[in-house]
Amino acid sequence: MLLKDEVEMLRRITLFSGLPPAKLKLLAFTSDRVMYSAGEDLFNQGDIGDAAYVILSGNADVLVSTPNGQLKVAEVEQNSIVGEIAILCNTPRTATVKTTTALEALRIRKDDFLKLLADFPEMAVEIMRVLADRLSQTTSELTEARSRVQRAEA
Amino acid sequence: MEPFLSRYIWTHTRKQQLWILLVVALSMVPYFLSFDLPKQIVNGPIQGAGFDGPEATQPFLAISFDLPFFGEVNLFSGFDLGREGMLLALSLVFLLLVIINGLFKFYINTYKGRLGERLLRRIRFELVDRVLRFPPGYLKRVKPAEISTMIKDEVEPMGGFTGDAFVQPALLGGQALTALIFILLQSFWLGIIAAVIVAVQAIIIPRMRRRLLVLGRERQLTARELSGRVSEIVDGIGTIRAHDTSNYERADIAARLGRIFQIRYDLYQWKFLVKFLNNFLAQVTPFLFYSIGGYFALQGRLDIGQLVAVIGAYKDLPGPLKELIDWDQARQDVQVKYAQVVEQFSVEPLIDPKVQAISVNPAAPLTGALAAVNLSVADDGGSKVVEHISLQIQPGEAVAITGGTSGGGEALAEAFGRLTWPATGRIVIGDADIHDLPEAVVGRRISYASSDVFAFQGSLGDNLLYGLKHAPLTEVAYEGDREVHRKWELVEAKLAGNPHYDLNSDWIDYQAAGATGPDDLFTKIRAVLDVVQLSNDVLALAVRSTIDPSEHEAFAGEIVAMRSALRQRLEAEKLSDLVVFFEPGSYNVEATVGENLLFGTVTDSNRWEMALEEHPFFKTVLKRAGLHETFYGMGLEIAENVVELFRDLPPDHPFFQQLTFMTAEEIPAYEALLQKVRGKPLEEVSEDDAIRIIRLCFGYIEPRHRFGLLTEDLMQKIVEARREFSDGLPADLVGIIEHYQPDRYMASSSILDNVLFGRIGHKHTDGSERIRAIVRDLFESLGLHNKVLVFGLDFDVGAGGKRLTSGQRQKLNLARALIRVSDFYIFNQPLLALDQRTQDQITRKAFAFLRDGERKPAILWVLANQDLTELFDRVAHFENGRLVRDEPVETRSTDSDYKELAS
Repeated sequence: MLLKDEVEMLRRITLFSGLPPAKLKLLAFTSDRVMYSAGEDLFNQGDIGDAAYVILSGNADVLVSTPNGQLKVAEVEQNSIVGEIAILCNTPRTATVKTTTALEALRIRKDDFLKLLADFPEMAVEIMRVLADRLSQTTSELTEARSRVQRAEA
Repeated sequence: MEPFLSRYIWTHTRKQQLWILLVVALSMVPYFLSFDLPKQIVNGPIQGAGFDGPEATQPFLAISFDLPFFGEVNLFSGFDLGREGMLLALSLVFLLLVIINGLFKFYINTYKGRLGERLLRRIRFELVDRVLRFPPGYLKRVKPAEISTMIKDEVEPMGGFTGDAFVQPALLGGQALTALIFILLQSFWLGIIAAVIVAVQAIIIPRMRRRLLVLGRERQLTARELSGRVSEIVDGIGTIRAHDTSNYERADIAARLGRIFQIRYDLYQWKFLVKFLNNFLAQVTPFLFYSIGGYFALQGRLDIGQLVAVIGAYKDLPGPLKELIDWDQARQDVQVKYAQVVEQFSVEPLIDPKVQAISVNPAAPLTGALAAVNLSVADDGGSKVVEHISLQIQPGEAVAITGGTSGGGEALAEAFGRLTWPATGRIVIGDADIHDLPEAVVGRRISYASSDVFAFQGSLGDNLLYGLKHAPLTEVAYEGDREVHRKWELVEAKLAGNPHYDLNSDWIDYQAAGATGPDDLFTKIRAVLDVVQLSNDVLALAVRSTIDPSEHEAFAGEIVAMRSALRQRLEAEKLSDLVVFFEPGSYNVEATVGENLLFGTVTDSNRWEMALEEHPFFKTVLKRAGLHETFYGMGLEIAENVVELFRDLPPDHPFFQQLTFMTAEEIPAYEALLQKVRGKPLEEVSEDDAIRIIRLCFGYIEPRHRFGLLTEDLMQKIVEARREFSDGLPADLVGIIEHYQPDRYMASSSILDNVLFGRIGHKHTDGSERIRAIVRDLFESLGLHNKVLVFGLDFDVGAGGKRLTSGQRQKLNLARALIRVSDFYIFNQPLLALDQRTQDQITRKAFAFLRDGERKPAILWVLANQDLTELFDRVAHFENGRLVRDEPVETRSTDSDYKELAS
């Protein structure tokens, strides 16, 4: 896959869709293209976050370790981005991402990503929007879970 | 130290000073003879005095003198010579005297110089020796740069002064006195006048110079402080830049320089004022002679002959007098400097030299317990950090110290390590105070490591073995010139009061490391490196280093042989795509186009750049291979892409680190170049421009840059062109390219690149780590690990070990202590820079290492992590500088279990 194809891919991701193509190309150029076979970890829960990944092809599971073993919380596929939370808030990885098929991804290093955010505020706003979206989704899920617990206790 | 320089010089160079005085006195004889001779030549043979007729002769070299009571004694009646003969003979004598005078001067100057240099060597050594014996508290207060300035620069003039210290005043004083006496003999009153002026000079000038001395002292102090500040700036540059305080430093330095300028200018003013006065007084005497002497002569009280003689004699007075005054100035100057330096180095209590006496014999094991007896330690401010502690560590016992940073455990460990001295109480081994025992015992039988590491500039191996270098253990046999040189060294060292320990001897005490000699020492090194988990780091340093294959032929051969082993291994583990190997017949996609074309690496990039621009070879080969136009097109594409990508970025943008084709500064130039050549066919583009475009291709790697420029066809062409580059390389380009050959070691590449003989693929994120692990494993299984490790030990750690990370430095420091066979090991949180998990692992391993085999040394470990106390026999817990608990580990744990139950 060539740089220009990667640019096409990036453009399809909501987070980056608002960026001018020249900047997307720069982002693609400064990132590494990485490949994984099925069953490999992109990163592990608890690691220090040093990069975000844009999935160019393939699928992966998002796993969280619980006292009862690993729990799958989500699935990621082509055109999605994973691992951005850890590099935004400097926290350890909140989950493990394990590939389920052969996977190709663009690895965006933390420094490059942050630099891009600083250079392009519209991207930062977009990130905020995506995160807020996720938060509201998580909140509603949490509310649902709580009410279920309350009902069960009652 | 002796507070007066003159006395110091006299004590150490008395005999030599007397000898040189004697020689100087002797040298006066030919010196005065040579004064008299010209007169003899002119009066005698030239003007004919004594030669009555053309045939008249005179005796030459007649030796006769008058003795009272005996009358004339005639030893040698001389040769009878005519006028010409006499002229020649006397001229030859004159020449001889000139030579003799010259030789005397030569001898005296070298002798004085040597005397001075020896004394300088003695002073400098004595000062450094004192630094080595300074009490620890004092060293915290002084700046290292100031100490080194004192030893290096400030004592320098003392060497120059030494030779003149006694000879000069004797000589000049004698001359001046002679002249003065002569004047007095000629005319009493005029003599008195001269004497009064001399006295005025001798009294006033030194008084005026006192101010000069004060200024000189200030100059010395401010200059020393400046050098201290400059070194502080260099050391603290990170802090300065991080806090944007560089302008504060600028202001400080400017203020200091201003102050120094003021002092120096003041100094000049005084100096020349004194000089003026001095000259004036010297010149005023002839004025008095002319006026008063002339008046006397007119009155007839003084005859003219006497006056002329007095004035003639006076000519010889100001010279020596001035020099004498200058000498006195120099004396006071060096005395001030000397006193300054001595004051700085006179610290009490210095460590007794006996404590540090050299001992080549191994120290006997310590049998008594190491104990603090009613110990208090104060910090620099005088407040107690440890108070009234009594703690005993029996031989073989393991004691953990807990209590955190303010507890006092660290201070106690420092006191055990002799880094601080007790304020009250004692530290004893058995019955003996640790500070009275020779360092040859406590410095070997007790090992100390803390997180405060000092690494000396030199190789990693030298630093690791530093703790074993107590004394020169072997007698080096010198032969021929080197033997002569060694003998000279010994004599000179003795004359300058320096020790004569041979630095070329083997200082490494193998027994102290539990080895028998250089051969099995490496096993120990390997073991401790493993314990502190430094082996992999050292190996990583080793594989990144380049070696000279002609020096290590066998090793280079083994590395080359490893290439196929690596391939097999990768194939077996189904990781073949991790590395793309160099194959003479195929294109390596992970390597640059340039590498693929040359099938080798450029060893001299400067010559390569020149050749690329100017040498016709490349162009012709490219044309012949049909690559010229393709490369031009490819270069254009790269330039377009790069300019598009990076045009808007500021030159210091971090993204430029990813750009390998050109520097940020070159972007505008290429932008302009593109404007110029865009749309033109290659034939119309100037040669220089074409080359600037074409060269961009050489750095291109398809999987990394992904511009989609390499086709199968092009790769094939590049591979075909390889042969032309290797076979047809003109003689003047030989040596700038080292070709890849599957069966040869590449001297310009690192060991790792030589093993890989290929490039690590970009596809795997952790490709290089995985490869490194595999290579490490291969080294181990092929028995090469230790051989490679040795090259890692050659790694230069830089000044203060700065080329290592702080974690590596601390590991090295711990290893340095562990490699020594001691009876007591004191570890004062030696691994603070590492994360908790690694600290725990290393602590456990170090414990296992020290408890391995027969040996059971005592261990005192100041712990940051409570979990590790299970390893120890006893735990001593400190709070606020007091020992609050000291109990065996078992009871403590049951105790806490009980507490847990109770709560």
